[in-house]
Amino acid sequence: MSASQNATPPIIQMKDIEKHFGSVIALAGVSVDVFAGECHCLLGDNGAGKSTFIKTMSGVHKPTAGEIIFEGKPLDFADPRDAITAGIATVHQHLAMIPLMSVSRNFFMGNEPVKKVAGLTFFDHDYANRVTMEEMRKMGINLRGPDQAVGTLSGGERQTVAIARAVHFGAKVLILDEPTSALGVRQTSNVLATIDKVRKQGIAVVFITHNVRHALAVGDRFTVLNRGKTLGTAKRGEITPEELQDLMAGGQELAQLEGSLGGTV
Amino acid sequence: MADTPQIDERIKEISPLRRALIRPELGGIVGTFAVFTLFALFAFDSGMFNSQGVMNWSIVSAQFMIIAVGACLLMIAGEFDLSVGSMIGFAGMMIAVFGVVLAWPMWIAIIITFAICCALGALNGWIVVRTGLPSFIVTLAFLFILRGFTIYIPQTIERKTIIGGIRDAAEGDWLAPIFGGKIGQPIFQWLGDIGVIGVFERGTRAGQPVVDGIPMLIIWAIVLIIFGHILLTRTRFGNWIFASGGDAEAARNSGVPVNKVKILMFMFTAFCATVLAVCQVMEFGSAGADRGLLKEFEAIIAVVIGGALLTGGYGSVIGAALGALIFGVVQQGLFFAGVESSLFRVFLGVILLFAVILNTYIRRIITGER
Ligand SMILES: Nc1ncnc2c1ncn2[C@@H]1O[C@H](COP(=O)(O)OP(=O)(O)OP(=O)(O)O)[C@@H](O)[C@H]1O
Ligand SMILES: [Mg+2]
Repeated sequence: MSASQNATPPIIQMKDIEKHFGSVIALAGVSVDVFAGECHCLLGDNGAGKSTFIKTMSGVHKPTAGEIIFEGKPLDFADPRDAITAGIATVHQHLAMIPLMSVSRNFFMGNEPVKKVAGLTFFDHDYANRVTMEEMRKMGINLRGPDQAVGTLSGGERQTVAIARAVHFGAKVLILDEPTSALGVRQTSNVLATIDKVRKQGIAVVFITHNVRHALAVGDRFTVLNRGKTLGTAKRGEITPEELQDLMAGGQELAQLEGSLGGTV
Repeated sequence: MADTPQIDERIKEISPLRRALIRPELGGIVGTFAVFTLFALFAFDSGMFNSQGVMNWSIVSAQFMIIAVGACLLMIAGEFDLSVGSMIGFAGMMIAVFGVVLAWPMWIAIIITFAICCALGALNGWIVVRTGLPSFIVTLAFLFILRGFTIYIPQTIERKTIIGGIRDAAEGDWLAPIFGGKIGQPIFQWLGDIGVIGVFERGTRAGQPVVDGIPMLIIWAIVLIIFGHILLTRTRFGNWIFASGGDAEAARNSGVPVNKVKILMFMFTAFCATVLAVCQVMEFGSAGADRGLLKEFEAIIAVVIGGALLTGGYGSVIGAALGALIFGVVQQGLFFAGVESSLFRVFLGVILLFAVILNTYIRRIITGER
């Protein structure tokens, strides 16, 4: 499979992306190519710049320098809406969920389905409620009802809503920033299975995680960030789990954990 | 609430009462019932519930409602506008300056006043989203700036703080009756004829009903409430209003144009204030520099009684309208019942405190905070 992919151009090319916050250099020139139908894992220590990097991809931040090529064309998102319209959906580390609003209102926030009544445009609540319940069921969560406030959900349930939402809207690229950090075993394997499924549908997945096993379970390419720089990208099979773990901080602890985890995800 | 529900069989305990409790309008509905019951019991014969009495508190309530709708949507979007009262005074004065002092046609004066006030609302909003300062401070500045101009302008050009003659200037105008007119006169005449409502017994108006139509002020209130309610609950923009007030950052990351939403809501609040101002000057026939004093706080209290959270992201236009109704009924009811009017303020303070405590409790239920 990997041989043929070199022929197809990347769906997103991030070229020498830099991002400065005042005097803080969060990204000091990071280049990554993301391919359709592949899961690209971003790994790295806390504060390495992973979240900042994907935020430049999803239209939240404008890069200070560098270029983003999306489907062969230079891309200039004014705000996250443009990215979502272009088919790039993101699960942010801090979820972007509003506790006081219902699950279905959150699910469609910024992309509300509409229906026309007498020439006026209204929020199509029926459609929104139905899709929300459906997508949540697919992820293995039974909601009390679509009008349940997100604030009453558990952390993992919230994360699942955010993932379900991104999967629903990520027509071309799905970006997941530590989506499994609060999930239980069943929901985690659900998320990994979902990543695998959407990848097979030809969608590009960018997956940030601190868990090497999760990365290895679904990843096709692995990029390790360190202090705002990339240590390079490796393809699946080109790197052993041990090498990957060594590249990431905390590899020692993970190795110990691996022993006690056995073969489970 | 210790453990959050995950599967169906673990969520049965939600009682219907608790479910009803988390509707934002609840406080408003209960309050409305309580207030009407109270006055019906203790002040029924005071004239409060005859046609004139009803019209009296309806008009006062409608005044509160008009500004409460704007304040409500703005508060749900996460911001305050303390300049509403000054805006009312300012807008009225602009009408007088353009329509009377400069003697422009009244419809031009009205349209230009609306344009200026909405632009000022936009400026308020623009400064808030640009600087990231609390809207409380920015609009407090405008409270003084606008009130200052409202006094300065008539002082400088007319050497007085009240400009009259607006009714004469509006005579025959096509737009002015939309704010100062009345509708339904034939129905009220008929109601008077068949004896449902009282008629004047003597004088030049003998035979005419004591209430001869519904003032446009009330129509405006109803239209704005319906508009605000539908906008908030049934449209995509309504979802953006909730999202902007609930968590601006999360909303932005999801593609909601938060700044645009907030600026538009500041403009809408200014629009509502201007509607009230124009209705008032058409009714009184004059613009006074002290009009609208303290209205911003009354609007905010009505909205809070109506169940909106001061922190934004939650609330209801219907609730705010009921809050305004409670206001109007109590203010006029105390007057009818012959209670010292200063006690109204005591009532306001007490009910505000209760409403805020109740809302905080409700918020805990919804968000599952402890
Ligand atoms: N808005 C901001 N303003 C200033 N500094 C920022 C901002 N966002 C990120 N940074 C800084 O940029 C650096 C990279 O942050 P980032 O959130 O991208 O790290 P990360 O790799 O996602 O870490 P984690 O694994 O903990 O999520 C950090 O040093 C952080 O302090
Ligand atoms: Mg991060």
